[in-house]
Amino acid sequence: MAETKVKTPKLDRRDFVSDQAVRWCPGCGDYAILAQTQKVFPDLGVDKEKVVFISGIGCSSRFPYYMNTYGFHTIHGRAPAIASGVKLANPELSVWVITGDGDALSIGGNHTIHLLRRNLDIKVMLFNNRIYGLTKGQYSPTSELGKITKSTPLGSLDRPFNPLALALGAHASFVARAIDRETAHLQSMIHRANSHAGSSFIEIYQNCNIFNDKAFAPMTDRETKSDTVLWLENKKPLLFGSEMNKGIVIDGNVPKVVELGDKWGMDDLLVHDETDWTIAMMLSHFTYQDDFPNPIGVFYCVDEPVYEVLLDEQIKFAIKNKGNGDIQALLDGADNWVVE
Amino acid sequence: MSIKTKNLDRVVIRFAGDSGDGMQLTGTRFTETTAIVGNDLSTLPDYPAEIRAPAGSLAGVSAFQLHFSSKDIHTPGDTPDVLVAMNPAALKVHLSELLPGGIIIVNENAFSPKNLKLAGYESNPLEDGTVDTYEIYSVQMSSLVAKACEGMDISPKTVDRTKNMFALGLLYWIYNRPLEPTIKWLGKKFAKRPELVDSNVKALNAGYNYGETVEIFTTRFSVEKAPLAAGKYRNINGNYATSVGLLAGSIKADIPLFYGGYPITPASDILHTLASFRHFGVKTFQAEDEIAGITSAIGGAFAGNLGVTASSGPGIALKAEAIGLAVIAELPLVIVNVQRGGPSTGLPTKTEQADLFQALYGRNGEAPVPVIAAQTPGDCFYAAFEACQAAIKYRTPVFLLTDGYLANGSEPWSIPDFDDLPNIDPNFAVQNDDLPFMPYARDEKTLARPWAIPGTVGLEHRIGGLEKEDVTGNVSYDPENHHKMTELRAQKVINISEDIPKTEILGKKNGDLLILSWGGTYGSCRSATERLQNDGENVSHVHLRWINPLPKDLGEILIRFKNILIPELNMGQLSKLIRADYLVDAVGFNLVRGRPFKASDIVNKSKELIG
Repeated sequence: MAETKVKTPKLDRRDFVSDQAVRWCPGCGDYAILAQTQKVFPDLGVDKEKVVFISGIGCSSRFPYYMNTYGFHTIHGRAPAIASGVKLANPELSVWVITGDGDALSIGGNHTIHLLRRNLDIKVMLFNNRIYGLTKGQYSPTSELGKITKSTPLGSLDRPFNPLALALGAHASFVARAIDRETAHLQSMIHRANSHAGSSFIEIYQNCNIFNDKAFAPMTDRETKSDTVLWLENKKPLLFGSEMNKGIVIDGNVPKVVELGDKWGMDDLLVHDETDWTIAMMLSHFTYQDDFPNPIGVFYCVDEPVYEVLLDEQIKFAIKNKGNGDIQALLDGADNWVVE
Repeated sequence: MSIKTKNLDRVVIRFAGDSGDGMQLTGTRFTETTAIVGNDLSTLPDYPAEIRAPAGSLAGVSAFQLHFSSKDIHTPGDTPDVLVAMNPAALKVHLSELLPGGIIIVNENAFSPKNLKLAGYESNPLEDGTVDTYEIYSVQMSSLVAKACEGMDISPKTVDRTKNMFALGLLYWIYNRPLEPTIKWLGKKFAKRPELVDSNVKALNAGYNYGETVEIFTTRFSVEKAPLAAGKYRNINGNYATSVGLLAGSIKADIPLFYGGYPITPASDILHTLASFRHFGVKTFQAEDEIAGITSAIGGAFAGNLGVTASSGPGIALKAEAIGLAVIAELPLVIVNVQRGGPSTGLPTKTEQADLFQALYGRNGEAPVPVIAAQTPGDCFYAAFEACQAAIKYRTPVFLLTDGYLANGSEPWSIPDFDDLPNIDPNFAVQNDDLPFMPYARDEKTLARPWAIPGTVGLEHRIGGLEKEDVTGNVSYDPENHHKMTELRAQKVINISEDIPKTEILGKKNGDLLILSWGGTYGSCRSATERLQNDGENVSHVHLRWINPLPKDLGEILIRFKNILIPELNMGQLSKLIRADYLVDAVGFNLVRGRPFKASDIVNKSKELIG
């Protein structure tokens, strides 16, 4: 008998564009992230009807309306918990959480860390603009110390969260950072997250041109970015700079930025290893330090047991041990009696 | 001396002792044996919130009341006939409620100066006349179990812990109950520790033989089988019945049960029970908090499972925003509230029904949620099943209200034939090539919207907490649309009343007084009504299972009675609702003491009302 192959037509970007008008402010970094997501999804090898985008509240959380997939725009901070229910109910689905710095780290901080520690196979895209946009400009948990906003006219008093250090602290199995304007790299991060089995956490630097414009300008401006961004590549030395002549070494037991030359050579540079949690944690702490470049790319990626797989194994184990549940036997109970 | 056997219609026993004395276990064993013997019964466990309050203290007293009878009974009994007090504190806490002249059985060894002081007794109540008007049996249980277990290679402390089995054995002798079910149970319970099976069985036998050989008891009692309707019975408590009812709902709908929850007293046993149903494919998820408990269940519902969460008052308060999301997203969801005393942390282990308004109104905006309340421990099964039916059929969150008394109380339960329960059609939406998919198009009759689950080709759509445009489900801020959607959501809940059977009236269709009740007060109200009717009073009883919507025929019933009394374990929530909805002069009878009503209290209040 001849082998018949039904080939589903390849999807393209337009298949992932919904009929809803996009309503972010003109110039918002969210447009770029949406465009890259729509562009990359046809290449992920996922059936469109199996894709679910779950969001909380905030500017970024409107995202699901614009993706022509299943979507659920839920309540503030709870997207990771709702996504967990979706994934556990049907592990076949490709489940994505779209969230922001307020949604994921302030009101929903608890759900974020617990999703990551459980390691459900859910992808989290955290749009970090270091400001509250939808409520018109209050400081966020990632705003720098002393941030002057409407709610902090004399400057914010609380130290910012470091989202990646938090994710690593919760033992997320995939941790990465991208930038809204680095479109090709952003696509590659979405690809990597998709192919990772387990909770994937991508922090995306996203510019809010209305309330916190140029928050990441040093990392996106052509003149400065090569000296401020450290592009992470697995098994490659940590090298950066417009002339690629700067690098990271471990001097004693602390990291240090050095210039390549007589004292320090390529062999002295620290080599990135995505499976090394200590290196990932160290890199995450470069973020708020002026002396260090900002690492972008995959910080950490390891295989860990996946929650819904374990749950499925438990169910199979219970059925093997006890047999398929018999509801009438359960109703009857162990001790019953008959009244004639 | 000859020992007489006297027949009794009914007996109320209260077992009381220190939290560590195993009173809940003792009561439960007596209950199981009594169920097997064929009596009707009703139980009331009453335990402190502290896991182990200081030994011997008043705060640490734990009690279990059991009412058993040769007749059909509905409550755990107003007044104990027998008090088993394992220490002075237990005697101190419970003596005032014992029937005058009732039987007291104490562990004399526990009446040490230290324990007397802890209980606040200045002299020994066994000697100073405190108990003289009662029939007192002072038994050195600790010494007797030590003797029974002599020569065994176990610690004296372990031996002493068997004294509850001694008390149980003695009561089995007094009330003519078999030991075998308990011996069998002990064998199973301590299968891995045969020395504990041995010591506990020895203590149980010692207690039984003590009754037989020591000539202090002149009378044994027997309570004949109750005339229960023919069928197969088991003993069941409310939390277990709720769990099995939810499972039955998911099996009849042929969709997996997804339970998201967070531990809280007195609802945790639902999580524990469902967690033991993995071989039924049940997915239980112990979430990081109450909010994640319900939101994960909403996620499960969105993806096509039967989403369920359970909690108690404070936990339900945390879930309020998410319930609103389920209302606007119009997804099936069952929310169980095992009510306890409030506000705030309140009385975690005591019963109350003060969360009715929370269930009805405890959300922002116009967010109607159907509410059904279970009336007996066994009825929790049917109420849970009905909640699943309504949630799935009408695509709505449904509140199931039980309470601490129903959750832990138990009764003989006529076991249903699973095949007799109706199927529930989840009626998942499928692609129709001719028409674009409209996630908020409605079924004409029920007003339910399609349940289109991820994974279904061609039905990709987005929902959320923002107001929806009618039919399309797109985000809409249009004023007329919001008004229309608000009305549609309300009407959908009202439509459930089409499924509510005609209201049953116990008694005549009109008269001097209607006792109207809901939830766990069913038994006390029913007993009170029967007593009033036996006294020749023109009194009827109506019990509500659905409170939102209310039954269609309720209004016409209410106006046929001169007086309406609404007993509630709250400060008058149903009565306010009934007064507002029907403009009738309903009178509330309201107690919040953490305990069920005594039927006698309702009888007295009723007589006061009808003069």
